[in-house]
Amino acid sequence: MIIIFLLIPLSIVVAAGFLLAFIWAVRSGQYDDTCTPAMRMLIEEKNSAGEISKTKIK
Amino acid sequence: MTQPIATAQRVAPATQEKLTCFHCGTLCRDDSYRREEKVFCCHGCQTVFELLTENGLTQFYQLSSTAGVRVNASAQTDRFKFLDEPLVRERLVDFSNATLTRVTFLIPSIHCIACVWLLENLFRLQPGIGQSQVNFPRKEVAIAFETQRVKLSEVVTLLASLGYEPELKLSSLDAKPRSQLARRLWIQIGFAGFAFSNIMLFSISDYFGLDSFAGGNFRKVTGVISLLLALPVVTFSAQDYWRAAWTSLKQKLLNIDVPIAAGVAAIFIQSCYEVFTGRGNGYFDSLCGLIFFLLCGKLFQQKTYDRLAFDRDYKSFFPLSVTRLCSSRREKALTKKTENNLSLLTLAATKKIEEQVSLSQITIGDRLVIRNGELIPADARLLDGPALIDYSFVTGESEPVEKKWDDYLYAGGRQMGGAIVIEMVKAVSQSYLTSLWNQDAFQKEHKRALNRLTNTYSQRFTKIVIVIAFGAAAYWAWANPAISLKAFTSVLIVACPCALALAAPFALGTAQRVLARSGVFLKNPYILETLAEVDAVVFDKTGTLTEAGAGNVVWRGDTLTETEERWLYSMTRHSTHPLAVRIGEAIQREHFPETVRSFLETAGCGMEASVAGNEIWMGSASWLQSRLVHVTEKPTNAGSVVHVASNGKYRGCFVLANALRTNAENVIGTLSRDCSVALLSGDNERERETFTKIFGGKAQLHFNQSPLSKLNFIRALQQTNKTVMMVGDGLNDAGALKQADVGVAVVENVSAFSPASDVILAAGMVSRLDEVCAFARSSVRIVRTAFVISALYNLVGVGIAANGRLAPVVCAILMPLSSVSVVGFACLAAKWAGRKLNAPPVSNGKKRSGPAKIR
Repeated sequence: MIIIFLLIPLSIVVAAGFLLAFIWAVRSGQYDDTCTPAMRMLIEEKNSAGEISKTKIK
Repeated sequence: MTQPIATAQRVAPATQEKLTCFHCGTLCRDDSYRREEKVFCCHGCQTVFELLTENGLTQFYQLSSTAGVRVNASAQTDRFKFLDEPLVRERLVDFSNATLTRVTFLIPSIHCIACVWLLENLFRLQPGIGQSQVNFPRKEVAIAFETQRVKLSEVVTLLASLGYEPELKLSSLDAKPRSQLARRLWIQIGFAGFAFSNIMLFSISDYFGLDSFAGGNFRKVTGVISLLLALPVVTFSAQDYWRAAWTSLKQKLLNIDVPIAAGVAAIFIQSCYEVFTGRGNGYFDSLCGLIFFLLCGKLFQQKTYDRLAFDRDYKSFFPLSVTRLCSSRREKALTKKTENNLSLLTLAATKKIEEQVSLSQITIGDRLVIRNGELIPADARLLDGPALIDYSFVTGESEPVEKKWDDYLYAGGRQMGGAIVIEMVKAVSQSYLTSLWNQDAFQKEHKRALNRLTNTYSQRFTKIVIVIAFGAAAYWAWANPAISLKAFTSVLIVACPCALALAAPFALGTAQRVLARSGVFLKNPYILETLAEVDAVVFDKTGTLTEAGAGNVVWRGDTLTETEERWLYSMTRHSTHPLAVRIGEAIQREHFPETVRSFLETAGCGMEASVAGNEIWMGSASWLQSRLVHVTEKPTNAGSVVHVASNGKYRGCFVLANALRTNAENVIGTLSRDCSVALLSGDNERERETFTKIFGGKAQLHFNQSPLSKLNFIRALQQTNKTVMMVGDGLNDAGALKQADVGVAVVENVSAFSPASDVILAAGMVSRLDEVCAFARSSVRIVRTAFVISALYNLVGVGIAANGRLAPVVCAILMPLSSVSVVGFACLAAKWAGRKLNAPPVSNGKKRSGPAKIR
């Protein structure tokens, strides 16, 4: 069961990694606005070239 | 001013019926603006469409059916010139260096997914603009652009030409509050949650007595790790509670933070003691869980309505820029010579001496051009132009006032009709309107303390807990000294009022959300506590009880033929006078407008035009009489009157009553059962009789009230120990709203301006104000019930703890269980109480009596 003394620090390191990721996410402003990204992802990004040639006024 | 309607070929009305603008969806006058089978209402909309098509952004119209925003003013390039002045620019941008500039604008017209998409694709429309990001709930867009290539004014001009004109008010110059506090709370919760879950994991072996399987060392190791994990939680996550407890102790108050801090300290010290002496692993799991739940409660109650501002002062109402006539000193000399024969306006137009300057640069003596719909920024003297000033926002008077040359104009009035020239007499910060903000009511925060319910209860609670803790310690010191200290700390630990502290935030926070869904926005959830105690309600009249600009329009006289109605409608479309606009809306049917020739509007008198060969006059009785028209309709008190004559013959008049909001009588009736009601109006006594009927004989009705006398009335009412709710809308109510215990601002459009207040009420909800008050009372009852539930848990816990037998596992179960059940009860009960409020209002079939309505 000695292995548990190796596993415990390992598990804490992994968990701490997630905590750091969370702190980074908050700091970079990802929790400031939780509404707009949800709308943004619904927009399909049609890429320009084909789209422009179709709609351009002749 | 002659405005011939654009000459379009007339198409038969049948096919014309539904001509809506492809861009903004408003009804088009005709099809004069066309582009590939698409019709537009104005040049602005067509330009946006063309711009978007050319840049391959037609996806805009597929994203939402109501995507477009009507483009109001055609974007004059020099309108935003003042933004490039270093002083203004510096205070407006968030960040700027030689290569990159970042700026954040508030854009009220952001309303749908297509807006988000278009604004984030700005870079395709103008080279030099980089990333732009929309914050939808705040209605803000942050734009980055190259400092060298693009000017700030160009960015704003582009936005304005798309229909997304940013709000540039005087207040946008002040530093914007950033979300640093909210971010810190998230990180605090992150730490607490992280420690809570990990310590719980290590404690499982301890809960089930499995600590011997790896020898005694295992427990020691997990104990130390738990201590290390809990350390940042106690020092960082809980720091607000330490600080709050310390402040309240210094003020000799026992609010809810004191027992929380005492509990946290007791748990931490007891647990450290146990870990160091090897007696056990302590209660670190409960400690972190407690702080985690408390912080979650804080996050829940911190919900604010970003796009609403509750603390507005006059700066939010004033524009950032005004049109100034250049070099006014030179001009003064010039105008002395030409005083009466050459108008300043024509001078301005011909010599192009107008400039856009920021309001802060205006000094006394400057001459400003105020256009239709613009606000007078400071007290001034009228120099030129037919002024028709709408003071409804400042005084509550519903009718615009006509002003003559050299008349004194108060700040805050809105010019209706053509442009005028004024000369500043006072500085912006010292005028009539802003002087209101120098009242005491605005200087000090006189509102009652927040979270009163919890704090009054916790005072008693804390005292009882301290008595029990010392009692238990004293008893065991006599019976079994070994567990005396443990009993003392155990009582403090288990009585830590986590559930108690969570009851009010969650119950009231849920209530706040319920209210927000039906159009009632609270500044913070604790307003409900005061709202439940209200025993005096004071109403404003114009805009609050009566609907601004939506009263019924009644025709008196011989019935108009459909053709005549069409002529009148065509005429009203040429005027911006509020009465004309209202008449136009009332008689607008499927009319296709007639061509109107030689249209002439005389401010304060009326308008005349020739429609289909008929000379039509619309205006005041005295004006028609001066033109030798025999006015047969008798004067009335029911509202404003507009008389009509056709070819010199009197036809009748329109009576525009100030319509009472639906159900207003019933609301006042219900409210007057438990509260005293009163009416304060800035308007004249014209409608006293009507309101005496509604308010009942006992209620106080005051007319011709100035903003200051409204404030004083509220203060006098408060001195008779009343808890006063003021319901008002305009700036004229600002003082009263601030002074009242609960200030309720009524708004037609939720994102529109409202004076500083505690509650923002959508206009439709005025008719359900009684339900809102009843809901506030029931949510306070829910909080009290939740207190009882949490007290029961504490009773059980303290019973165990006082015996000195509190095992960590009991604590670890009891603490979350009590919190979760109290939170669950609070949320569900508040939702249940609000179910009626969220249901669509029951329309009562009662109709107003009186002559038949036109619409």
